[in-house]
Amino acid sequence: MEPEPDSGKKSLTRRDVLKLGLAAGAAAAAAAGRPLHNRVTAAQLVPPAHSGHGDFSGTVGDVDLSRFDPTEFLTAFDWGQESAGPDGRTLREWEVVAVDREIEIAPGVFFPAWTYNGQVPGPTFRCVEGDRLRFRFFNRSSHPHTIHFHGFHPPSMDGVEPLVQPGEEFIYEFTARPFGVHPYHCHVMSLKKHIHKGLYGTLIIDPPGGRPPARELVMVMNAFDPNFDGENEVYAVNTVAFHYMKHPVQVRAGELVRVYLVNITEFDLVNSFHLHAGMFRLYRTGTSLDFFEWTDTVTMGQGERAVLEFILEEPGRYMFHAHQSEFAELGWTGFFEALA
Amino acid sequence: MYKEEPARAAAPRLPAWTAGLIPLLVLGALLLLFSAVNPLGMFSQDLPPIEALTIERIKVLDNGFEVSVLNSGPDPVTIAQVMVDDAYWQFSAQPGQRLARLARATVFIPYQWIYAEPHNIILVTDTGLTFAGEVAVAAPTPTPGLREFAGYGLMGVYVGVIPVAVGLMWYPAMRRMGRKWLEALLALTLGLLVFLLIDTFLEVLETGAAVPAAFQAVPLAVFAALLTWLAIAALSARRRAGAEPARGLYLAGLIALSIGLHNFGEGLAVGAALALGEVALGTFLVVGFILHNLTEGVGIAAPLVKDAGQETEEGRSGPPLAVFAGLALLAGFPAVLGAWIGGFAFSPLLGVIFLGIGLGAIWQVIVEVAALLRRSASREGGALSWTNLGGFLLGLAIMYLTALLVKF
Repeated sequence: MEPEPDSGKKSLTRRDVLKLGLAAGAAAAAAAGRPLHNRVTAAQLVPPAHSGHGDFSGTVGDVDLSRFDPTEFLTAFDWGQESAGPDGRTLREWEVVAVDREIEIAPGVFFPAWTYNGQVPGPTFRCVEGDRLRFRFFNRSSHPHTIHFHGFHPPSMDGVEPLVQPGEEFIYEFTARPFGVHPYHCHVMSLKKHIHKGLYGTLIIDPPGGRPPARELVMVMNAFDPNFDGENEVYAVNTVAFHYMKHPVQVRAGELVRVYLVNITEFDLVNSFHLHAGMFRLYRTGTSLDFFEWTDTVTMGQGERAVLEFILEEPGRYMFHAHQSEFAELGWTGFFEALA
Repeated sequence: MYKEEPARAAAPRLPAWTAGLIPLLVLGALLLLFSAVNPLGMFSQDLPPIEALTIERIKVLDNGFEVSVLNSGPDPVTIAQVMVDDAYWQFSAQPGQRLARLARATVFIPYQWIYAEPHNIILVTDTGLTFAGEVAVAAPTPTPGLREFAGYGLMGVYVGVIPVAVGLMWYPAMRRMGRKWLEALLALTLGLLVFLLIDTFLEVLETGAAVPAAFQAVPLAVFAALLTWLAIAALSARRRAGAEPARGLYLAGLIALSIGLHNFGEGLAVGAALALGEVALGTFLVVGFILHNLTEGVGIAAPLVKDAGQETEEGRSGPPLAVFAGLALLAGFPAVLGAWIGGFAFSPLLGVIFLGIGLGAIWQVIVEVAALLRRSASREGGALSWTNLGGFLLGLAIMYLTALLVKF
């Protein structure tokens, strides 16, 4: 059942514009729909230290974006080396290298990561259902690793055995199916360690006919435990705490936005995605073209993923964050900025 | 060969201090060589640095927290981010976020804290290590204003001066006691002092645990104790060599001084507890300390009674009132000082040193009171009489039982 999103929208518009001028971030959302004088009071109550967009993000400073820029990562889809396969299918080939690398997970906070191709999350591989996929995997790390893809493939290509020892290589080859959004990650014991150190990424398999045109973004909900106490100290989408607070995700008001969302968060049972001032169509696992529900919050266990489609109707900043407040305040909060 | 002779002849003409420099020069050269060659490299395997931050004090301000941090580890540490109650928060660090070994920084965190609730502050270093500090009960940390000064001073007076003064008021009653009971009283004083000795030592360990390891708090306290003990022992030896007009008064003064140093520690505890907002404990604590320290007055008065016993034979009465007032202040006023320091500027390191001084003083007083008891008792056959033993145990028991009121 699709609700009619247009009803009553115009009256909200004027209030939205008003509230954006009055208060920042969450305070603004909380004030929505209240009489004007109440909202003024709410704005006055915001203490000086919390006011203004710039001060709202908890971390001080910014990371070195020349090493890894989460904004670029959002739209970096790697289609691989494309050629015609022997059976007429499209063959796509990639080289994946496991390397140890120190990454910056919050301004000034460094984490000794294990990575695919030197980045966390690993590259977002993209293909169309039915394509033949070939991943040539080199292990230049100090530990044995594999690539375990979710989805259909022969058990021999499952990335559980054999272990690829340091200095060795392995070729994973299978046919892409089913269409949807699928995580991939290392599957060497101890699994907790190998995943949370950074060996994960996203494989997007498009349906044969494709999806409607949209502004497409990939978001991997991840977290880090830099003091190795079995609890995460930093939460984010795409690694860097509060990156999209400091650098809002820019989209156009009125355009269709599609988020490929994956939860790979280690240690915590669930993670979630919550959109402010709007609703999204939820396609769980992305394996069906009929949407599952119309909502503004989706909660996922580790390994779960979804395709989210929404339109930000008015220009302005739309917050999005984990609806586990703790995660939100430890880095997993950002803004979409809808431009006119 | 021959050309060396003038040089050798010139060598003795070098001043003595240059000869003293030679080992230092050699040491310097060796250290340079060591750091250049770095033989430790084969042990380190490029391991991450060892980081240790000590949060010395968290001040609760009207608009946030002010955290005093010490780098107590062997390597420099950079404070990269700050969390309050598991949320990253804005902060600024003076003089900067990077702390050299044993350097200090003040981290200011603007925060709307919640009155009477606990807040947890975590400093995240650039390697992702975390160091936590707690505000147990959030309430504005007192700033040294006149009113606060008077308030904390008054607490010190209640905890230190008043009980000692009240205890001293038993003096007239004590003067009417027989010699046997007076000795029992001295034994009771000994019991009290032994309790204070152990109590002070435990406080050294407890306070010392809060001091960064690099400062070696417990050895420092023990050195302070040794030094104090030797100083007082030397002082006493010089007195014994000269005339001995008022040995009892001297001993009472020593007891008062050593008890004063102990009460300084108690003042610190009370001041710090009040500053931490543990006000609910305040009344209970103050009443407890009054009962606890009452006995100290008795202990101070005991050697005076022995003096008076001798003096009345010469037809003189006890010491003038001013002496009692002086003794009460000597034993009690340090509690006022302690309350001020504990409330406004507590430094565990300074606290440990003061406690060490108290430890040495108490030890020497035990030695002297025991000697006095032995000397006077030898006339009537043995200091270890049942009454003396009873007095000693009573002293311990009173201190133990009243301490139940003040330990938490």
